[in-house]
Amino acid sequence: MRIGVVTFPGSLDDRDAARAIRMAGGEAVALWHNDHSLRNIDGVVLPGGFSYGDYLRCGAIARFAPIMEEITVRAKAGMPLLGICNGFQVLCESHLLPGALTRNSDLHFLCRDQELIIENNSTSWTSEYSLGQHITIPLKNGEGSYQCDDQTLSLLESEGRVVVRYAGENPNGSRNSIAGITNERGNIVGLMPHPEHAIEKLTGPTTDGFAFFTGVLKTLVAS
Amino acid sequence: MARIIVEVMLKPEILDPQGAAIAAALPRLGFSDLTSVRQGKRFEIEVDGPATPEKISEVERAAELLLANLVIENFTVRIDETMRSEKSVRIDETMRSEKSVRVDE
Amino acid sequence: MTLDTVQKANIDPDHEQPYSALGLKEDEYQRIREILGRRPTSSELAMYSVMWSEHCSYKSSKVHLRQFGEKQPKTDALLVGIGENAGVVDVGQGYAVTFKIESHNHPSFVEPYQGAATGVGGIVRDILTMGARPIAIMDPLRFGPANAPDTRRTLPGVVAGIGGYGNCLGLPNIGGEIVFDETYAGNPLVNALCVGVMRHEDIKLAKASGVGNLVVLFGAKTGGDGIGGVSVLASESFDATRPSKRPSVQVGDPFAEKVLIECCLEIFAEDLVIGIQDLGGAGLSCATSELASAGTGGMHVVLDRVPLRDPTLAPEEILMSESQERMCAIVEPMKIARFLELCAKWDVTATVIGEVNDSARLTIEWKNQIIVNVPPRTVAHEGPVYERPFAPPAEQKQLQANGPSTITRPKSGEQLRQTLLDLISSPNLADKSWVTDQYDKYVQGNTVLAQPEDSGIVRIDETSGLGIAISTDANARWCRLDPYEGARLALAESYRNVATTGARPLAVTNCLNFGSPEDPAVMWQFERAVTGLADACLELGLPVTGGNVSFYNQTGKVAILPTPVVGVLGVIADVAKRTPMAIDVEGIGLFLLGETRDDFAGSEWANLHGHLGGMPPRADLEHERRLANLLIEASTRELISAAHDLSDGGLAIAVAEMALRKMVGASISVTGDPFVALFSETPGRVVVAVALDARKEFLALVDSQRIAVEHLGITGGSALVVAGQFEIELEALSTAHTGTFHRLFSGTR
Repeated sequence: MRIGVVTFPGSLDDRDAARAIRMAGGEAVALWHNDHSLRNIDGVVLPGGFSYGDYLRCGAIARFAPIMEEITVRAKAGMPLLGICNGFQVLCESHLLPGALTRNSDLHFLCRDQELIIENNSTSWTSEYSLGQHITIPLKNGEGSYQCDDQTLSLLESEGRVVVRYAGENPNGSRNSIAGITNERGNIVGLMPHPEHAIEKLTGPTTDGFAFFTGVLKTLVAS
Repeated sequence: MARIIVEVMLKPEILDPQGAAIAAALPRLGFSDLTSVRQGKRFEIEVDGPATPEKISEVERAAELLLANLVIENFTVRIDETMRSEKSVRIDETMRSEKSVRVDE
Repeated sequence: MTLDTVQKANIDPDHEQPYSALGLKEDEYQRIREILGRRPTSSELAMYSVMWSEHCSYKSSKVHLRQFGEKQPKTDALLVGIGENAGVVDVGQGYAVTFKIESHNHPSFVEPYQGAATGVGGIVRDILTMGARPIAIMDPLRFGPANAPDTRRTLPGVVAGIGGYGNCLGLPNIGGEIVFDETYAGNPLVNALCVGVMRHEDIKLAKASGVGNLVVLFGAKTGGDGIGGVSVLASESFDATRPSKRPSVQVGDPFAEKVLIECCLEIFAEDLVIGIQDLGGAGLSCATSELASAGTGGMHVVLDRVPLRDPTLAPEEILMSESQERMCAIVEPMKIARFLELCAKWDVTATVIGEVNDSARLTIEWKNQIIVNVPPRTVAHEGPVYERPFAPPAEQKQLQANGPSTITRPKSGEQLRQTLLDLISSPNLADKSWVTDQYDKYVQGNTVLAQPEDSGIVRIDETSGLGIAISTDANARWCRLDPYEGARLALAESYRNVATTGARPLAVTNCLNFGSPEDPAVMWQFERAVTGLADACLELGLPVTGGNVSFYNQTGKVAILPTPVVGVLGVIADVAKRTPMAIDVEGIGLFLLGETRDDFAGSEWANLHGHLGGMPPRADLEHERRLANLLIEASTRELISAAHDLSDGGLAIAVAEMALRKMVGASISVTGDPFVALFSETPGRVVVAVALDARKEFLALVDSQRIAVEHLGITGGSALVVAGQFEIELEALSTAHTGTFHRLFSGTR
């Protein structure tokens, strides 16, 4: 299974996402922001980082990259798409997911091992988790506060489209402690924490993030 | 040549922690009557020729598409008065004190 | 409005020049005139004045720093030594590691965020220039008293700047220090370390060679950053239609540096450059003179070609600008097209601004007139060398005689318990998460150990598990009491910290922060510290690969404590075997390695009582070497579950830190005077946790290295228990430990 990882100018966790995909048994394909073609990719990861230096707003410029045109078409047709941190910001700016990510409420960049609750395990990426499972993966960002209007919030909650929620104290002021959401179809997922940094005991707090990557490969094999 | 100003502010219902931090810092510097601050962005956009309604429309479209994120922000667009021809500036001088501090009605 | 050219300088030799305002002495100005055979142009004067400044020329420190070269131990590991942008060390398996530490102290006092941010940017570029991918950063920081209003201004700004720049570059921050002392008020110390890795064959040097090769300036456009005083010159030759005040502060753009890094690495991978230099202090004038000086001949530069973001800059200002995120490369004509193509891919501005020639001169033209024509070596490498007078301060003997025996010592268990709480909540020892949570430690996915562990460890080969370890340490109070011994002790501690995590120390970098070199007492501290460090490095067999000197850290007559920061780089064959500090399993035996003596002069306990005096302990480097061998061998054989070096606050603090890491307690008993056992700061000691099944083999190793060992106790429980003295619940200890920084700095931006 071929999973593309996009590199925008300023992307940082692209190689880490690629590593996670390889370790899970997939083939990681490097995608350049300026390319138009996705070739025969089965899924895409938009990685973490500071694309375009977070100029204007996080992800505001990256969403117009040529590669995003093809990604948008394929994602709307059901291709699994995961946006991690800056990737989540790009997905919201592209309106592939509702809402927006804003400055952390205490104004500081925060890097910590964050406890999360899995609340939707029917997405293309979370099928290897159990409902209500608690996991701990790194959270590291300055603009992670998820905001949306009341109508959107109500929709997300009633349709079970909150994929991951912060456990315990809300680290950044996100509405309803939302850490990650999905689209109606369940193939597009955006999440602020970094599963690619929790795949090895040696370098991460746990290996809880690994199942995001094994999960999508299983989903693709099954479909 | 004309200059068009776009001002982008977070929607009132969105938390503005930077504005809040600034408002908290002001009393420490001796400002006791400035009760609330919200922080936004200002874009100065230059266009060739005069600022026609078409040009204004273009800037509005740019604001909708890129300069503002309408999920969480509102924007206003106006022509930069200080860029008008010298003649009209002289005429406007008597009005200057009124123009220099824009009170938000 | 007249341009000051070489031609004009020949016509009006007696034109008055503001050399004194630029920091040049009368005899230095005369020397420039002798070198050139005429008066310098204003551009040349600007170049010499900045390149011959203390910061760039090391004129007060060179005579002493020579010792690092003279006393260098023989080692095969050193691939590039002192003199290049950064030292390079062979770590095995074909990998070379480059590392260096630098200061950005004064700018950080002026503008904490940008000062610290551009400090990170600068050191990262130094590492990049050697041909390496930067893989980690560390930051030893020092501030005035923690509760002072100005510290509330500088500390949060500095931390935000380091995080803001480093995180955006994608570099994990794996360690550092935060120390408070009143002598740093007004003179915060912001030292930044960066480490990078490459293959042996990728090492790049900063020399311009090959007649006809092109000089390319690439990266950010040039603006008026950091010009400051040089504007004095520009105002001579231009009129008043320009902005009158030029900014002294440099402003960084980490995104520009990130794309520059990626662009450079692709350029290096295709072997497109002959030499490369980054633009740091003194900007283009430094880069061109250093490249030309180290190379085979000369260079000609057309200054008009420099891409500007401020079109009103005078040529002197362009030459001296310290705009960030710029590099200068020497590229063969047949490779320039591909070079420019790669820059275009990353949207990095790149311009050919000159050519290498064999004239043995650096010539620079502006609007078709020559404004600089100098022998580059005289600018870059043959600056003034001062032999400043040095003598111990008058009060030194008295300071050394006045030990802390006058302070009443805690005796009862309750008093000892309170001492532990007072120490662990004091700003120097308190938990630093408020700071370190603002740094990304995960990016690149290879961080194996990061703060608050004894050293930061990063994996460099995923298949073999090869990794590198770094620690930085300094003890300014010990240096104040005895700078020679204090420097040796700093090296010993950094060395020991690397070995404690299971890595073998290989090389040293240093950042020497001192007061004014015009004060003989400060110069004495400097000479003693450098000598102590050089002697110690020779004894331990570690080469000094490079470093940095920061003088003039003082306000009025009060100099900062002499603060030589020593960084040690080590290598570990398999990062999976590294030794962390946390106690996380119950029922494991705890042992103290090394002997304890009554050592409280300059200690954290004495500091709590406002006392600084007495003689510091003596470093026993032979013991440190054997202790390191023991720790590394035991780690390799996986005999140690956890280990932690003893330093500030002594044994009680070390065990408390091990327990608080994962909230698993310990019960220990001490022999002799409990106050001494618990809080003395004798060096050369480490606490280790060794499981029962490893004990026999471990103790045999201890014996073979002839290290003193004492059985302390056992891990487990929810408290720290010192038998017969006191008990303290981990929750209470944690509250004391973690409350301080939040109390001091929360609510600051």
